[in-house]
Amino acid sequence: MAQSSQSPKRSMFGSLVLIAVVIGGGAAAFAYTAGWLSPQRLTPEKMVAALAPPTGVALGHRRNHAKGICFTGVFEANGAGAALSKAQVFTRGQYPILGRFNLATADANAPDATVRVRGMGLQISTPDGEVWRSAMIDPPFFPVSTPQAFYELLIASASKDPDAMKTFAGAHPEIAAFGAWAKSAPWTGSYAEDRFNSLNSFVFADSSGAEKTVRWSLLPAAQPVPVSPEDLAKRGPDFLEQEITERVRGGPQYWTMMVSVANPGDPTADPSKAWPEDRRAIEVGTLTVQQIEAERDGPCRDINFDPTVLPSGIRTSDDPFPAARSAAYAKSYDLRTAEAADYPRTATDAKP
Amino acid sequence: MIGVRQHFTPLQRLLHWLMAVCILAMLFIGVGMVSTVMPKYLTLVSIHKPLGIAILVLALVRLGVRLRYGAPSLPADLPEPMKLAAQLSHYALYILIIGMPLLGWGMLSAAAYPVVLFGGAHLPAILPQSDGLHTLLWNAHFYLAFVFFALVLLHVAAALFHALVRRDGVFDAMAPGVASPRGRARGVICCPGGASRTRFVAIAAIPP
Repeated sequence: MAQSSQSPKRSMFGSLVLIAVVIGGGAAAFAYTAGWLSPQRLTPEKMVAALAPPTGVALGHRRNHAKGICFTGVFEANGAGAALSKAQVFTRGQYPILGRFNLATADANAPDATVRVRGMGLQISTPDGEVWRSAMIDPPFFPVSTPQAFYELLIASASKDPDAMKTFAGAHPEIAAFGAWAKSAPWTGSYAEDRFNSLNSFVFADSSGAEKTVRWSLLPAAQPVPVSPEDLAKRGPDFLEQEITERVRGGPQYWTMMVSVANPGDPTADPSKAWPEDRRAIEVGTLTVQQIEAERDGPCRDINFDPTVLPSGIRTSDDPFPAARSAAYAKSYDLRTAEAADYPRTATDAKP
Repeated sequence: MIGVRQHFTPLQRLLHWLMAVCILAMLFIGVGMVSTVMPKYLTLVSIHKPLGIAILVLALVRLGVRLRYGAPSLPADLPEPMKLAAQLSHYALYILIIGMPLLGWGMLSAAAYPVVLFGGAHLPAILPQSDGLHTLLWNAHFYLAFVFFALVLLHVAAALFHALVRRDGVFDAMAPGVASPRGRARGVICCPGGASRTRFVAIAAIPP
């Protein structure tokens, strides 16, 4: 260019400024994308940090549902689910399962009778190489409507401000239903007597591509026997693990998997809202728990029961929770696998 | 200098610019996805994995093409430290381009996560499940991503420095567009963009 040959110094200065702007702009865009310029962004780190109990995190353990015990067994599909999803897991047949009974607490040593919510992590593997993971809990609905509200609930419940929970409940009235459930629902003395619910909705696609939004539940074959938490407390801090170990040693335990299909207009994006009882429900198979193993050396220990690990034929819906859970579970997994030394395996894990 | 190639081959330039887009997207997707719990997390992760494998495949093709066709030599008057920096940073870029997808794949394998590509296709695990390996590979994948981005910035800065300040034809060697006789005379009268501007003028001169 004629101008640049007239004033090469000015031109070079301009070029250097341009380079600085491009590089600075690139770095700033990267920093923005990483969230470094957005302290309000709800990151997986924040969510996981908010789960930490006052006693400190249980190093080497899951950051929530920290106390648990592994199981293995089979899922026997009856074939009825194939009408809803093309996933092989619904084709009539038997598929190996790996799972984990657990308590919804960040304290790995919490006494069993002090934890209101119980859960089941489950992985079903099929011969086509697909894996379906889910993590279910026993309440019939979730305490809050959004991941952001869940984060705020964690902050409020850990707050020293005596009005924090009241303020939270004012802003998130859906929590009242959960509070009522927690107060009135019967406790049982066994994982085998508990019903576990997906709560989150997912989309099933059949072989023609037709999609239905569903939730699923595992209904226990064992008759639930209500026991007061006071009586449960007398059974010792780890009675659930001892009970399920002995019970399964005596014979396999069964759950029926039921899939409920949403009607148009049902709150598919809000796990704090149960769907009406009359929704179409299909029994798709039976879960059989055949063996219990302690978590420390068990096969479930290093499995992340990420509910977005889905076979083709199942996908996430407009429910925002599975994404948030996936992000937070991954963070928890990254942290706890790096802390394996704090939760050592027993002597069988001989070091070379 | 007659007979010495002054440009990367068109295939090399195509691979370079295609991968530039992919790698920049990949770095932004990676740093963005780990910063959020919103539904876009899943969308970003579902792009990150297959895009990483695509970059790995492209990188292996590119490495083969590079070994076959080589690269134009750097200008003779380029100071030695800059030559060294150029060579070392390109080795580092190649190592990262090939290494990052393998680290990611290995990290997922060691965590027993299924490695799902577009359309539900799965890749096999390349490592056994291991918390120790997972931690090692996760840390490498995470921290090297920032090193990678810093190197990309350095690469862009150096390219612009060659194009705007030194005007030595180094940028022109990888610039998009077809090699022209003017381009081949780089180092004498060439200026960046000259080739494509000539072509544009030629096209514009054709009456409709």
